[in-house]
Amino acid sequence: MEAKTRDLWVYVETKEDGSAKSVGLELLHPGRDLADKQGGRLVAIVIGSGVEQAVSDAAAHGADQVVVVEGPEYKDYTTDAYTAAMYHLIEKYGPTTLLIGATPDGRDMGPRLACRIKTGLTADCTGLDIDPESGNVAWTRPAFGGNLMATILCPDHRPQIGTVRPGVFKKSAPVEAKAEIIREEFHVAPEQIRTELLEVIREAAGELVDLEGADIIVSGGRGVGGPEGFAPVKALADVLGATVGASRAAVDSGWISHAHQVGQTGKTVAPKLYIACGISGAIQHLAGMSGSDCIVAINKDPDAPIFDVADYGIVGNLFEVLPVLTEEIRKLKA
Amino acid sequence: MNILVCMKQVPDTTEIKINPETNTLMREGVPSIVNTFDAFALEAAARIKDKHPDSKIVVVSMGPEQAKAALKECLSIAADKAYLVSDRVFGGSDTLATSYILSNAIRKIEELEGKFDAIFCGKQAIDGDTAQVGPEIAEHLDYPQVTYALEAELDGERLRVLKEGQDGNMVIGVKTPCVVTFTKPSFDPRYPTIKRKMAANRAEIPTLTSADLPDIDAARIGLKGSPTHVKRSFVPERKKSGVKIQEETDGESAVKLVQLLGDAHVI
Repeated sequence: MEAKTRDLWVYVETKEDGSAKSVGLELLHPGRDLADKQGGRLVAIVIGSGVEQAVSDAAAHGADQVVVVEGPEYKDYTTDAYTAAMYHLIEKYGPTTLLIGATPDGRDMGPRLACRIKTGLTADCTGLDIDPESGNVAWTRPAFGGNLMATILCPDHRPQIGTVRPGVFKKSAPVEAKAEIIREEFHVAPEQIRTELLEVIREAAGELVDLEGADIIVSGGRGVGGPEGFAPVKALADVLGATVGASRAAVDSGWISHAHQVGQTGKTVAPKLYIACGISGAIQHLAGMSGSDCIVAINKDPDAPIFDVADYGIVGNLFEVLPVLTEEIRKLKA
Repeated sequence: MNILVCMKQVPDTTEIKINPETNTLMREGVPSIVNTFDAFALEAAARIKDKHPDSKIVVVSMGPEQAKAALKECLSIAADKAYLVSDRVFGGSDTLATSYILSNAIRKIEELEGKFDAIFCGKQAIDGDTAQVGPEIAEHLDYPQVTYALEAELDGERLRVLKEGQDGNMVIGVKTPCVVTFTKPSFDPRYPTIKRKMAANRAEIPTLTSADLPDIDAARIGLKGSPTHVKRSFVPERKKSGVKIQEETDGESAVKLVQLLGDAHVI
């Protein structure tokens, strides 16, 4: 497909309440910089049903234009409806670049869309820049479980598309909204949507595990020793308002559900603070959390690889450390 | 039910070490394995066959001749038939080109094995980590897709798929034929049996080359047919070791940590 504009698009995914997911607003920040370098506008794309809040959110985070597609068929995400809507918009307006948050839905739609357009997609990026020689977006992403980084270009196909990991970029401070709002009428017939949401299985109330959106994560590994060993981990998480994570060793031992797993076969996270308790730091675990702003490790073994990535490390028994840590933080917060 | 499982042979990324002098990946001597997530896809297919024993499981891989070892492993676990898609002209393909070649290969294999009701893939390969080839195969074939699946069961003309979501799990109904990509379920994949292993060792694995896939447009494959190019690759800088705290007692260490975190405005 030919680019008709030099515009950069950010797909702003919405939450159930119609507000924007954090990652879309985060991407408007580097998006501004890339759009300026490309000499085009910064455009936010919102698809859903009852998504006025997301439209205002996008405008308040610096979009020059917000394009909205609304309809009852977009209430829940489906690959078929959302890909069709995105494809329609791209065909009509011809952006040069598209950024998508690397959420489960973003990574479901991204390749489907790229393949329909027959363009390149770079998945799960952690770095964005403009290649000085060619002017293309230089997409940087980890591979080999985080052992290798690759910078990828898509020189001859437009739009160039990338999914970008949540939490890598920070939202810019809200500005006075001055975006032009474009409401696009595009509908998908029910028979074109070939999947159906039959049931939503929520974890028990209060058990919802939002690792990707968490500001603070307290994780337990093999060192916690058993399901009851997670009690002090949870206690610390409670006082910090943190989400409980776990290493694969703890999940595979059946001490905690897979929804809590951080790492290559679990979630990739980038919180402000990550506290690893009794986690040795296998490469697959590091791949899932080494992007955290601040890492604290508590481990008995002074040679555990987790200390190589930790900002602060305590060599000690987590069952001695955690209760004192919890109490001290409780005092601090009181 | 006729199920195709797409499998990639990958280096065991847990065994990869960095050469500290050259700061490059040391791939030599790293064992090759069946991609972890593809093993989950194969297990999901095997579980359907457990309930519907007249089902057939075919496994396909694109890669060099050595990938036959991984295909044999799939045969020894649960697959009934295996195909290798291999040709020098396929080398250097990115995900779009790879999925294009595989979708053509799938059409060819269907001529030999009958139409597939479902195509199961791993969520992603543990070396590339892109999670793109599955959905792109679905797009090439114009099939519906479900990604991040944990389990799948046959329900008449459709599959009921348990899908991992950000806000809890979901059950998705999807019409067949379809593509489902699998993430890690709550159970371990089964092991090969001795009997299956012996049979797998004797099994003939046909290879499909570009000559067997005449519909492929040469301009859409290999390095030249790939829209994305790797400009450079590098080993990420590991963060330098931070502050290590080891006071007289663990309790004192904890107090010290809170003090440091407070000073750094982390908490």
